[in-house]
Amino acid sequence: MDLSRRGFFKIMGATGAGLAATGQSAAAWESRAPEDAYGCLVDLTRCIGCRKCEQACQTVNGLPEPAQSFDDLTILDRKRRPDEKSFTVVNRYYSGKIDERDQLIPTFVKIQCMHCQDPACASACIVGALTKKENGAVHYDAGKCIGCRYCMVACPFEIPAYEYHNPITPRVMKCTFCYERVASEGKLPGCAQICPVEAITFGKRADLLARGHQRIKDNPGRYLDHIYGEKEVGGTSWMYLSDRPFEELGFIQVPEKPLPQLAETIQHSLFSYLWSPIVLFGMLSGVMWGFREKGDRHIDREGENA
Amino acid sequence: MSHTPRPLRAKFWTPGVVLMAFLMAAGAVAIIARYIGGIGYVTNLTNARPWGLWIGVDVASGVALAAGGFTTAFVAHILSRHYYEPVVRPALLTAMLGYTFVVLGLLVDIGRSWAIWKPLIHWNPNSVLFEVAMCVMLYLNVLYLEFAPIVVEQYKGRVHLPGPLSVLNAPVEGLLKLLDAITGKLMWIFIIAGVVLSCMHQSSLGSLMLVAPTKLHPLWYTPILPLLFLTSAIAVGYPMVVFETTLVTSSLKLDPEMDILTPLTRFTVFLLGLYLALKVGDMVVRGTYVYLLDGTAQTNAFLVELILGVIVPWVMLVLPKVRQSRRGLFIACALIVGGVLVNRVNVFVVGYRPPISEANYAPAFSEILITVGLIAGLMFLYRFLVTYLPVLSGPKQEVSA
Repeated sequence: MDLSRRGFFKIMGATGAGLAATGQSAAAWESRAPEDAYGCLVDLTRCIGCRKCEQACQTVNGLPEPAQSFDDLTILDRKRRPDEKSFTVVNRYYSGKIDERDQLIPTFVKIQCMHCQDPACASACIVGALTKKENGAVHYDAGKCIGCRYCMVACPFEIPAYEYHNPITPRVMKCTFCYERVASEGKLPGCAQICPVEAITFGKRADLLARGHQRIKDNPGRYLDHIYGEKEVGGTSWMYLSDRPFEELGFIQVPEKPLPQLAETIQHSLFSYLWSPIVLFGMLSGVMWGFREKGDRHIDREGENA
Repeated sequence: MSHTPRPLRAKFWTPGVVLMAFLMAAGAVAIIARYIGGIGYVTNLTNARPWGLWIGVDVASGVALAAGGFTTAFVAHILSRHYYEPVVRPALLTAMLGYTFVVLGLLVDIGRSWAIWKPLIHWNPNSVLFEVAMCVMLYLNVLYLEFAPIVVEQYKGRVHLPGPLSVLNAPVEGLLKLLDAITGKLMWIFIIAGVVLSCMHQSSLGSLMLVAPTKLHPLWYTPILPLLFLTSAIAVGYPMVVFETTLVTSSLKLDPEMDILTPLTRFTVFLLGLYLALKVGDMVVRGTYVYLLDGTAQTNAFLVELILGVIVPWVMLVLPKVRQSRRGLFIACALIVGGVLVNRVNVFVVGYRPPISEANYAPAFSEILITVGLIAGLMFLYRFLVTYLPVLSGPKQEVSA
């Protein structure tokens, strides 16, 4: 096996050199977040849990009528997730806050797609059916979708839902950020428009962040000094202000690094210009040529040297 | 060294084959149900758990366990060790059928089966899955081309289709001649391309989960997951050859080919050892051994995968006595095959924990039926093809039962 071993080390050396060369030349990963995206700032201290946003969402997006009326607040007794029939839901949390009469004060949390600045779903999508639009929306094009559901695996917020009971043309269903209304009609997203207590502020993401920090500065006793969505997974278009720790309100801790970064860096440094497959092909051709008549001279018989 | 593959020409409808046909029929019924009621009708998949048994077993494990194809091609055709030639064709057949059934499994799993061609037009070069899909598609075609000479060898100049089909004799003959011409001169390209494409998508299958750091359990989530997938696929290649060769030669009463399998698994000692070192080293570097004794389902699944699937068979294979014993070698290799299967299921199903909904998942009965039906279909076709095509080496009749 000596000859082949020497060959093996030669190959490893060449591979190492190749890797080192591209390690330097491969461009570092860059965010593709739109510069001037819209967003929404949700002030959890204002939300009264009226579910008007859910109702507006259903109307604006032509979603099916829910089994339980939007006026029925008993639905808040259990925690819900957005699904293929409702793009946004409001949940009620008792985080231990009490009023002057020792009554528990609820905090209401509206959930929907966060419209990440560098969405994991869009990076994952095999056909690019999910894209981050200039106006901030993470947009889904059912016409490209093949239904692999990798977006649902990738999403850290467990948002995309699937029409599992449609046998032929199921769609991924999630908040659209009212893409058409915002982009073509100049309107607000349905939920932001209807909110009676202005818990949802729609605007440019940069402005919203400035406004959020201003609110925190003006009322340091009222807010925690943390805007959820400012840095989470590299930033999201939907952001939250709260007076209670976010982990008590169903928000999970996520990395501040955009989720697509690691896999995209690996993929692009290995496969840009298909350099590594080409190098490997060349090396294997060389080995095949070099070994074309020699291979069997080195057959080791088991037992002789075991 | 005398190696003459030829069609088995044995009785086809044995009780085992009948059982396969029965399981295929059951799976077919479940597949029909899937296309009537939707994926939700036959599976326990949910919004929180979008990937289950089909991705873990049919696709991820199917790809990994087809690694015998490119690993034997590498040793026999790139390193020219023709001594191993007798196992190349069966391994190639397994890989070809394996990838065919990976695609069939995917067709059932994706929501819009009819749209499976769309990645050809709508490219997302940022998507790991896009690269995997392109490689799998190309490699499947490479496998068909690598297999073509076996069909050509059997039927070229001898095409006699029955009855009215006989009008097709000339076109089929022409096709075989064309395949012969293409594969004759260019086979070396397909062989190397097969190895390159395999290395690419075997590793990228591991990169798939790198986008979900909050969901995959830290015992498996590591930046070197693609490297672990590649090394485990390479390591499982020869054990898979041993596993299936032993099953096939014992069920068809052929020569057990121990003179080939024993030296072949000496490579495995090195390859599996490399995988073990990477896996343990990764665990030490990232400090994830702190989870090992916490008793959760994930941890236990990891321990089974590592101890029964890697460490035990590696120690067994180090011993020459085990490598020379047909039973010992089979057990060690079956453990390695099982270990890689459990690893893929762990990465895509068991280790996947949606942090918000914490939803659990166990496959539905009809979901299992489809997976079992597909595997039965693979074995049925394997049996059919070795009966009529020169894949296995001549039946050197064994005396024992």
